[in-house]
Amino acid sequence: MTTKADLDKALFEGLCRLGDSTLVLGHRVSEWCGLAPVLEEDIALANVALDLIGQTQLWLGLAAEVEGKGRDADELAFRRDVWEFRNLLLVERPNGDFGHTLMRQFLFDAWHQPMLKALEGSGDSRIAGIAAKAGREVAYHLERSADLVIRLGDGTEESHARMQAALDRLWPYTGEMMAGDSTDAALAEAGIMAAPDSIRPVWDALVAEVLGEATLKAPESTFMHKGGKQGQHSEHLGHMLATMQWLQRAYPDATW
Amino acid sequence: MVSVAQVWDWLAEVPDPEIPVISVTDLGIVRNVALDGETVVVTVTPTYSGCPATSVINFEIETALRAHGVADVRLERQLDPPWTTDWLKPAARDKLRAYGIAPPIDGTRATGVVAGRINRLTGGAFVVPCPRCGSEKTQKVSQFGSTPCKAAYQCRTCLEPFDYFKCI
Repeated sequence: MTTKADLDKALFEGLCRLGDSTLVLGHRVSEWCGLAPVLEEDIALANVALDLIGQTQLWLGLAAEVEGKGRDADELAFRRDVWEFRNLLLVERPNGDFGHTLMRQFLFDAWHQPMLKALEGSGDSRIAGIAAKAGREVAYHLERSADLVIRLGDGTEESHARMQAALDRLWPYTGEMMAGDSTDAALAEAGIMAAPDSIRPVWDALVAEVLGEATLKAPESTFMHKGGKQGQHSEHLGHMLATMQWLQRAYPDATW
Repeated sequence: MVSVAQVWDWLAEVPDPEIPVISVTDLGIVRNVALDGETVVVTVTPTYSGCPATSVINFEIETALRAHGVADVRLERQLDPPWTTDWLKPAARDKLRAYGIAPPIDGTRATGVVAGRINRLTGGAFVVPCPRCGSEKTQKVSQFGSTPCKAAYQCRTCLEPFDYFKCI
């Protein structure tokens, strides 16, 4: 029997997993600002980042409310240390080249969109509301990233090679999205969040279709990294947080 | 004592900070106006989660109501149901076009169902007419334009770039 306190604890974890994943990917994508290969893509990347940061405010805002310790979304984003982050390992991967960034985005979007769709059916109306809002934005992210993966994969010899290399490198970080643990199981049983493995069939079909169009081949290896959702991160996240949290750490409660 | 109808009329004059030719009521983001004792309660829904104009809009609404002598104003946020371009008033669509922004084409919202849409993704099966010359020979340059709510297009007849207020 799960008590209300246990369930709230699991819910806080679940919300941090969502909010930290959008936060970390949003920050990563924003690192492209001013650096993208063409102006239109620069703007598109900044807009995707903006959507993700906006969604972070909703998810982490709700996480703070559920936690009930007087923290808010900003405090969770800027005053937690690396081991307290619950984001997927995939999103903390460094940007690499433009193709690598887009491949990471596509592999994430192909999970994010169906996950939000499933969360629209959450028994918790607050979660359903955020998922419905975010889902409309993410549908555009998915269309853009799928489109560009196809164009670059089925593009020149150079772009094809870069997209295949990105896919090979990122593939071992995709399994974590669909792998559940006891927290996920408790939330799924309570009808609050979708079980991660329920997204697998949709993700598999979508990824196979787009990679097929893109003339790219998914690696055969089934080895998958995991641990991000439990707070075990690669060395890259700490470096990212050092940049992202610097101002709030150096000048707590700064206003301007 | 101020009436709810009066507040709606005042709000109809508060411009959107990004697209000042349309008002916050044209945009359909004011979901409710109510009175709680002496306090005017305005419920606003954000367009996009991360839209930086959201806080400016709230500020503008509060400022406008205070200028009309309303002392107590409370703004509430409502996420659900999520804002959709279907709520843009018909007159607002004409104002957008006159301003150089192609208005949303209803029923073309992204669904995220990529299957069967690949042709559309790579070619573009719906036509966004140029708001300047009316030509239907236009092409999408990018899914995202100057703000999250817009896509970047170019007219192949008059060659002008323009924003398309995309369906959401």
